[in-house]
Amino acid sequence: MRQEGILQHSASRLLGLIPTLLVLITIAFFMIRLAPGGPFDSEKILPPEIKANLEAKYHLDEPLVKQYFRYLGQIITLDFGPSFQYKDWTVNELIARGFPVSLTIGGLAIVLAFFLGTLIGIVAAMRQNTAVDYSLMGVAMLGISIPNFVVAPLLILLVAVYAGWLPAGGWDWSVQRMVLPVVTLALPAIAYIARLTRGSMIEVLNSNYIRTARAKGLPEHLVIRRHALKPALLPVISFMGPATAGLITGSVVIERIYSIPGLGSYFVQGALNRDYTLVMGVVIFYGVIIILLNFIVDILYAWMNPRIRYNEAQ
Amino acid sequence: MNSSIDLQVEDPFAAAMIEVDVRGRSLWVDAWHRLLKNRAAVISGIIMATMLLLVLVGPALSPWEGDFTDWDNTSAPPSLETGHWFGTDSVGRDILVRTLEGGRISLLVGLVATLVSLVIGVSYGAIAGYYGGFTDRIMMRMVDIVYALPFMFFVILLMVVFGRHIVLIFVAIGAVNWLDMARIVRGQTLSLKNTEFVEAARACGVDHHAIIRRHIIPNLLGVVMVYVTLTIPQVILVESFLSFLGLGVQEPMSSWGALVNDGAQDMESAPWTLVFPAAFLTVTLYCFNYIGDGMRDALDPKDRL
Amino acid sequence: MALLEVTGLQVKFDTPEGEVQAVNDLDFSVKHGESLAIVGESGAGKSQAVMAIMGLLAKNGSATGKAKFKGQDLMQMSRKELNNIRGCEIAMIFQDPMTSLNPFLTIEKQMVEVITYHQGLRRGEARAHAVEMLRAVRIPAPEERIKQYPHEFSGGMRQRVMIAMGLLCEPSLLIADEPTTALDVTVQAQITHLVGEMRQKSNMALILITHDLAVVAEVCDRVLVMYAGQVVETGSVEDIFYRPQHPYTQGLLDSVPRMDRPADDELHSIPGNPPNMMDLGSGCHFRDRCSKAMDVCKDDPPLQVAQDGRLSRCFIAIENAGMDNSERVASGTDSAEDSTETAE
Repeated sequence: MRQEGILQHSASRLLGLIPTLLVLITIAFFMIRLAPGGPFDSEKILPPEIKANLEAKYHLDEPLVKQYFRYLGQIITLDFGPSFQYKDWTVNELIARGFPVSLTIGGLAIVLAFFLGTLIGIVAAMRQNTAVDYSLMGVAMLGISIPNFVVAPLLILLVAVYAGWLPAGGWDWSVQRMVLPVVTLALPAIAYIARLTRGSMIEVLNSNYIRTARAKGLPEHLVIRRHALKPALLPVISFMGPATAGLITGSVVIERIYSIPGLGSYFVQGALNRDYTLVMGVVIFYGVIIILLNFIVDILYAWMNPRIRYNEAQ
Repeated sequence: MNSSIDLQVEDPFAAAMIEVDVRGRSLWVDAWHRLLKNRAAVISGIIMATMLLLVLVGPALSPWEGDFTDWDNTSAPPSLETGHWFGTDSVGRDILVRTLEGGRISLLVGLVATLVSLVIGVSYGAIAGYYGGFTDRIMMRMVDIVYALPFMFFVILLMVVFGRHIVLIFVAIGAVNWLDMARIVRGQTLSLKNTEFVEAARACGVDHHAIIRRHIIPNLLGVVMVYVTLTIPQVILVESFLSFLGLGVQEPMSSWGALVNDGAQDMESAPWTLVFPAAFLTVTLYCFNYIGDGMRDALDPKDRL
Repeated sequence: MALLEVTGLQVKFDTPEGEVQAVNDLDFSVKHGESLAIVGESGAGKSQAVMAIMGLLAKNGSATGKAKFKGQDLMQMSRKELNNIRGCEIAMIFQDPMTSLNPFLTIEKQMVEVITYHQGLRRGEARAHAVEMLRAVRIPAPEERIKQYPHEFSGGMRQRVMIAMGLLCEPSLLIADEPTTALDVTVQAQITHLVGEMRQKSNMALILITHDLAVVAEVCDRVLVMYAGQVVETGSVEDIFYRPQHPYTQGLLDSVPRMDRPADDELHSIPGNPPNMMDLGSGCHFRDRCSKAMDVCKDDPPLQVAQDGRLSRCFIAIENAGMDNSERVASGTDSAEDSTETAE
């Protein structure tokens, strides 16, 4: 019965994603197209007939609405079209090139953030209102408050320039070059997850069913592991969706500072050069990833929480 | 909400006893006292007040102008002798004055953009929550949809597409930051509108707008204040993020984010150009977060024990 | 020998507003197989007293005093030693069955862990025992229901599960902290019967904390009345119900409807509020609400043997008992035990 409930729940949530995706595409499309200046304005002035040819090639001469539906049709087949800026590349190819790099950094960062963050949070909760708790939470607050783009140059300065332990930037898939970007990207997420875990763990530890577990004579480590961990991690699970969105955003800055050829770098380049199709492609691509991750997190949350009854939900 | 203190479940007894004692003190006085007991919040408040004062009057007291280029002292390290306490950048501009002037912009953006999101979020949330039913469902469905969008990318798009004007920064950040506020306010309104005093007002024939204005909004104030304090650092962070990417405020104006960006370029030869603006930015965000935390604990002391 | 013997129990809470003295110098004892009711208004310190004994106080609470269980002081035990007794020799059920079971674990997991931890049985055996116990508390189709989560049970059923879980290791003492308060009136009686029945079947001792005097009459042998963190009166159910000595006990009894009184008899409530536990002051804590208060009540009344050999903390009761008893100041549980024995 529960399995069925989760399937139904998943299906209805999946349907709910469609309007979100449509809005995402629509806003991005019209915002770019209504902007002053076109993709061929910034280069040396082209002869009018060549410019007209180019625009015809990319269907820029058609009415906006027609372009919109053409684009929609294209997107459904997962074709983001050619890049305006990188002439010989399609947007799909650029994404295929940049995304594995971004995914590696982001994936490692989120794994690091989850494990380290929950660990710190649990320790702080168990030592609530002691020096350990206060110092861990003070550091966590610092982690939330220092922006990525401040941490990154400072780390480069200290670890790479002064100490010379690790390379300052660049990318060759080696572990040495991954350490600094991954750590930088993970820091705020670690801090946030630690605070979140501490808060929910304290709440759970004060709950009646934990008192029952203690009254049963279970040792504290069993009380935590068997009774408190799962409910305390639920808020963290539902935070993983927004956390990923935050990491993706953060990666734009990180990739720039550490000179990493990821998708974020392409996005900033595309945005500065009005590369419509590339910017659209990246926004939609990342939008879809964020939406899908939120969906997965939602299902995971439901699966972990026996109290949610889907049959009643919709 | 009453003035009793909501202690943990194990301790209903102490809660009952304390209720007797604090009855009569208002929620606000109570919250204020609790806030003053929070050392981190109080210290943060003092630091922020000092920071505000520095940023406002500091540049006027300094012998240097923000855009003055001291060609005798380019990339000069911090020193009392040259008069450049925080050193200078590669074209000889005084880092102290530039940091203080950048702080004006950063704090201004933080306050104004928060105000924008406050106005949009509170009105939207209060309307959805108060009218409820179909209106609420549609309005909140819209919020859900927008919520799922990669918001930072849209801010970047906005800045790219419509130019990098400072007013646009306020609007762009404020316009995408109102969602949380709308959700919180809506939730509070939903629970408020079923309380006796609102029903009494409705029974007396007070119209919708007056009820929202006179009963709902004042009662939302606590939550909203906490949220505003926590939004300001977020907004400052977003602005400095944009400025760092070169998409925020433009020369000759500057903000902490833009200064950190400049500093990061020369950090190997002149680390002070990075360190000072970065420290000011971080301290500000740190303090705002602590004040917000303290206010939340003071107004909603549930997870205090 | 008493099964549980509590002497000089003090419980304090450190709150931001000041120190709250929840339990003040509490003495009581429970014998093997005996059933003791602790009654009093909410805030009298009943729950906090047993929480302290079980080591379950909130983080801001602290307790001093002695609680000897089978001769060993629970208050001096290490966490590990205490865990060997909690859930095994002393079981506890709580006020709110809706939140006292872990919503994330099946009933099976929550019951089986008690047995595997305390008795070292294997899962299969433990499960069979758990099913048996669920059947004993009359949960229908226990083999099926044991696989379910707490939210699939009603409040009354959850309290049955809690009772079954408490009895798994055949404890010699069951502490029930207002087990029926959060339940429907119709279910209350069922649960009360069940507790009484299970007690008699296994001959275990029971401490029942309640403010429901009807429950007391049905299930308990002896009553301890608490007010402002202190014992004000103890005695057999008969004595307390029909011959209360302390004005507070009288007030409590007058505030509930009884079958043995004329129907048109008015119900009375005790005027005023319980005292502020942060600042108790000296003298009788009840004197501000007491209709019989005298000048002497400004002094601390001792807990003394009053009429019929019962203990009462009131000058009037002592006076009624006559001068011959007044030298027997009750300082420990010895006299309390003596007195209950004479009363029975």
